This record gives sequence, structure tokens and C-alpha cells, in this order.
Amino acid sequence: MAVFLTKQSKVLVQGMTGAEGMRHTRRMLAAGTDVVGGVNPRKAGLTVAFDVPGAEGRVGIPRTVPVFGSVREGIEATGADVSVVFVPPAFARAAVLEAADAGIALVVVITEGIPVHDSVAFNAHAAATGTRVIGPNCPGLITPGQANAGIIPADITGPGPIGLVSKSGTLTYQLMHELRDIGFSTCVGIGGDPVAGTSHIDCLAAFEQDPDTELIVLIGEIGGDAEERAAAYVRDHVTKPVVGYVAGFTAPEGRTMGHAGAIVSGSSGTARAKKKALEEAGVRVGETPTETARLVLERLAERTVPRNGVRR
Amino acid sequence: MDLYEHQARQLFEEHGILVPRAAVTDSPGRARGIARELGGRAVVKAQVKTGGRGKAGGVRLAENPAAAERAAREMLAMTIKGHPVRSVMLARPVDIEAEFYVSYVLDRAAGRFLAIASAEGGTEIEEVAAARPEAVTRVPVDPAEGVTPRKATEIVRAAGLPPRTADVLVRLWEVLTREDALLVEVNPLVRTAQGQILALDGKVTLDDNARFRQARRAERETAPDDPLEAAAAAKGLTYVKLDGEVGVIGNGAGLVMSTLDVVAGSGARPANFLDIGGGASARVMSDGLSVVLSDPGVTSVLVNVFGGITACDAVADGIVAALDAVRPTKPIVVRLDGNNAARGRAVLGERAHPLVHQAATMDEAARLAARLAHLS
Repeated sequence: MAVFLTKQSKVLVQGMTGAEGMRHTRRMLAAGTDVVGGVNPRKAGLTVAFDVPGAEGRVGIPRTVPVFGSVREGIEATGADVSVVFVPPAFARAAVLEAADAGIALVVVITEGIPVHDSVAFNAHAAATGTRVIGPNCPGLITPGQANAGIIPADITGPGPIGLVSKSGTLTYQLMHELRDIGFSTCVGIGGDPVAGTSHIDCLAAFEQDPDTELIVLIGEIGGDAEERAAAYVRDHVTKPVVGYVAGFTAPEGRTMGHAGAIVSGSSGTARAKKKALEEAGVRVGETPTETARLVLERLAERTVPRNGVRR
Repeated sequence: MDLYEHQARQLFEEHGILVPRAAVTDSPGRARGIARELGGRAVVKAQVKTGGRGKAGGVRLAENPAAAERAAREMLAMTIKGHPVRSVMLARPVDIEAEFYVSYVLDRAAGRFLAIASAEGGTEIEEVAAARPEAVTRVPVDPAEGVTPRKATEIVRAAGLPPRTADVLVRLWEVLTREDALLVEVNPLVRTAQGQILALDGKVTLDDNARFRQARRAERETAPDDPLEAAAAAKGLTYVKLDGEVGVIGNGAGLVMSTLDVVAGSGARPANFLDIGGGASARVMSDGLSVVLSDPGVTSVLVNVFGGITACDAVADGIVAALDAVRPTKPIVVRLDGNNAARGRAVLGERAHPLVHQAATMDEAARLAARLAHLS
């Protein structure tokens, strides 16, 4: 099952013919993703050959992917339902609006550096057309063993019972690495911009409904109050165990820490407040990524304890 | 990027919002001349990008040009909350009859902008909101429609502001959208004894992501006060100076923030935040290392990289290049994991520099960097 992205997802890549688009389309194909086309009005009608490496020990299979002039043409020809956006910031707004208008169900915006007014505009539009946007400024999402929409490395770990939602790409990779022996249902990088198309809460709701997900890891960072809202949602609506991590305890007030949205303003948006809110909602919060991984293992072990409390 | 008050004032004026006559200078002598041109009396205001300026003595009414010069000289020697005062603005005093508050702020959770208005201006809006929440009106703005005269009228009515302030709200929305701002605030917006509506003080935060389409952005940008931040900015690095002893370099904002926290948890203080980003080249790594090593407060460096897109061997090449170029005298702890980690570790192993230590995990690396920081 997983959330948002499965083996059945048919993926278009907007900006596939650019350097980043080419590189990551190849990786998405290698991860088994059904990439059905690229979109570039100036290169419509062309096909692009990808030398896709095979899994360990196997010979790679070359793949050709057609380029369409528009998202609509891509959908008509292939039945695509997911789009991954790699276009530069100046063109991202038009790309997302086009995908939403064409009827794509899920638009994953990898592009970093999109002006906030553009994100506000395309999110409002996507809400009206019923399109889910993930990102911008995000690594995308991966359902290990099924599909990969974005830039998350597919070789860190495989399928398993953990669902993960995070504002940070590298912290996602770090946790996937720490928990590589367990595996993940879906990992969703929602991005570090002030305005995100998909929130922690959207992912919590999806993981709660997903039969493949037994435990949820929620990674947050300073800025805004998304984690506090997520904590309230966990308290009221989530029955599955949730383990959390928050980055940025040592961040000074008023400084943007790498991510455009990672800023403590006055007394709001602090890591301390977020950790407290999560803990008050029953979420165990790790002090470090490694401790967070350990808490996940503990909680998973608890779930296998039979009702009489005797282990094995 | 936050603007100085005088820059915000200029933007307001360009978009047709009335502001008091004013000029900015970094010279006490010129402050005297400006006061004379303004009619003798002037409000002298220190230009710093921080709140609490008034309480710190950064706003004074000068009764004559000599007093203005004196006030300017004193202010230009001040540092307010760590911000040195580099310029002062002198403004013609106005007779205030009523003070209001208006702003547009980003509502991150809703993903849209909110108009905030209050008939109780002049103090921090957070204080008004805490004491009397009903005195603060919040109205969400539909991004597709923006703030039309009709919408502006709805906002000022709800907040109990004079109808004539609606025009300011329309123009302020233009400032927000046309200048790609994340925050525009006028506090106070005043009605003078002569019946004019004037923006007396303002705050504007511009969206750095919109630089590419804002041609005039460069002239408003000022180099960071901190010399290390200025050096890092010149090299295009995402660097924030902190005041500890362990220099931190990593890839990805989340991982670097996390690394700072883990260093703090290991009993040391991080000296900086430095994100070399995704897919960083050897050159970026080398530039980053040289900036961090040039910080006199740094006594050890921690490089923490999880290679997702970033290739760890490129990171290792960058470290080796920096070792030759910078000739460090401080220990460097390196943790490489993920994409091409084995090759990266091998590159460092072959170089076998006496000051470079490798660690297997992030926690172990932080503990080692903290210990080495205290030894030197």
C-alpha cells in the first residue's frame, strides 16, 4: 500500500532534460519507478535514452523515455498521475500550475529557491483543483521497493513498517540509514520552505490509514508551528506509535538556518517548544538522530510483546 | 533579508504611501545640516535591524540642529543588541493624533498572507495581542484576488481604523507582492493633527529567493556585520556565526542543525552553522573549511556528511585540497556516510594527515570534536 506513491504510480518529470532532471530520472528509473515521460515544450517529440544500472550483480537495462510538449499531452499519452518538478525557480510556478490544471494528482516540487509568493499562489491553486503538492525545496518521497519520486537515495534501505515524514532531506537519509535493517513503508520529505504543500499532519493522517505502516517517525526543525500542530493531531487522531526528532536547539533567534523556513522569530518556532508539544502528545522525542532510531526500535519491540506482557 | 527602517520608508514612498520627510546619514555633521533642512527640529533614529531600539536610546527628539548632531554622534557610537549603529535617519516630527497598526504577515500553516490591523498602534503588536486579543484583527488574503479597495475597506472596518487608511492597505499589498516581501509592517501608522495618514515607522522583510526577478535588490543588500559571515557570503556559502569553539560543516540544513545540537550535547559549543548543500563539490568543501578554520574562536572542526546526492569522495577531495591550501593547525574530525563513503574514507586514510581524525558515527564524531576542542 504505502502512502501517496506506489508501484502503480506513473511519473512525469517536468524539467527532465536539464542536468538535475537527467541525473535523477536515471536514479528514479533504477529504483523501479515507472517514469513514463518528461515535459519540455522545446524538446517535444524527442526520446531520451537512460542507461539504467541494474540491481547489484545484474546487467542494466537501457530505457527510453519520451518527452512531451505539455503535462496534458503526457497524461493523454501515458495516464501519468504523478509529476516531479526539477525546473529552475523562475519557472516553477508555471510548471506546478500546469500540472494542477492538467489533472495530475500529486506534484512533487524538488526545486529550491522558489519565491514564497509563487508557492503561496500554486498551493492555493492546487487546493482548488484537488492536487496534492509535496515541497517545494524537498527531496521528494520514496516507497522503497516500489517507486521513488525525487532525489532520495534508493539504496539506503528497503521496504518495512516505518513511515517517515521530515522537513529535512539529509536527516531523512540519516534516519533511513540508522534504521536500514527495519525498512520503511514510505518516506516523505515535505521540505524546508516556510510554505509547504503537504504538512506533517497530512502525512500523519495518511500513515495512520496505511496498513503497511506500523510506526511513524516525525522529523521537524525550528520555525513556524507545524510540529506543534502535528503534536495536537497525534494526540487527537493517531493510534500508531509516533517517534519524533527536532533539529535546531542551538539555533540563535532571528537567523535563517539554511532552510528558508528554519528561523526562530522572537520566542516562537523554537525546538524546545516543539519537543515539549510532541512529548505532551505522547510522542517520544530523541535527543539525537541515533537516539531517535533507538526509540523506534524500542517501540517496535513493544508492539511485538503479547498482551500478557511476556516477551516471546 | 530584513531592511533598515530608512529602506522600508523608501519602499513605502515609492508605492505612494505618505511618509514624513527624512534623510539618512552616517555623519554627525551632515545630521546637523539635515535637521536644518527639516526646519530645525528632528527625530533622530538609529538604523539597526533589531527591535527595542527606543528603549536602548536609539530614538530621540532633537530640538535644534546642534542637538541633532549631538544625538547622531552618540548613536553612531552605539551598539544595540549586538548591532552596531552605522547610520541614523533624521525625520521631521509630526503631531500625532492617533496611532494604528497594519501589516501583512505570512501565515505558514495556512500557506497564505494575513492582514493584521489594530486601532492600538505604537507598541509591539504581540503585546497588544497578548493583553487584548480582541483589539487585533486578522483577515486572510486570497492570493489570487489580493487586497482590492473593497477588501481593504473590509479590513479597516473590522479593525476600527479610519476609512482613509484603506488606501494605505492597498498600497502596502503592492509593496508586499511587487517587491516580493515576506513581511511588511507599518507601526505606527498615524493620523496627524492636520489629518494626514502617515507611515511613521516600518519593517520590511524581503524574500531572498526572489532575488532573480528583483533587479534593484542588490542596492538594498548590505554585507553582514560579522567579518566571517561576510567572507562566507562572498564565497556563496550558507554560514551563520555562533560563539562556540567547534566549527561545524555538514550537508543539508537539517543535518547541520542536528550536528550543532549533538555538539552541544557533547559538552562543547558550536562555533558556526555551515551547510555545503546537496551535491557539493570539492571546491565548496575547501572554501567552507578555510572560512571555518579562519575563525579564531574555533579549536576543533567537525565535518559531518551524509552523502545522499553529495558524493563523500568529493567531500574528501575537498578536505585534502583545503589541507594543502589552508595548512590547518586545528584538529578536524570527519564523519562520512552514505554515497561513496568508503571511497571518501579511503581518500582521507591515504592522505593520513596528523590533524584529521575519522569517526564512524555522528555522535562519536561530535564527542571526539568536543574533546579535541577542549584539549587545545
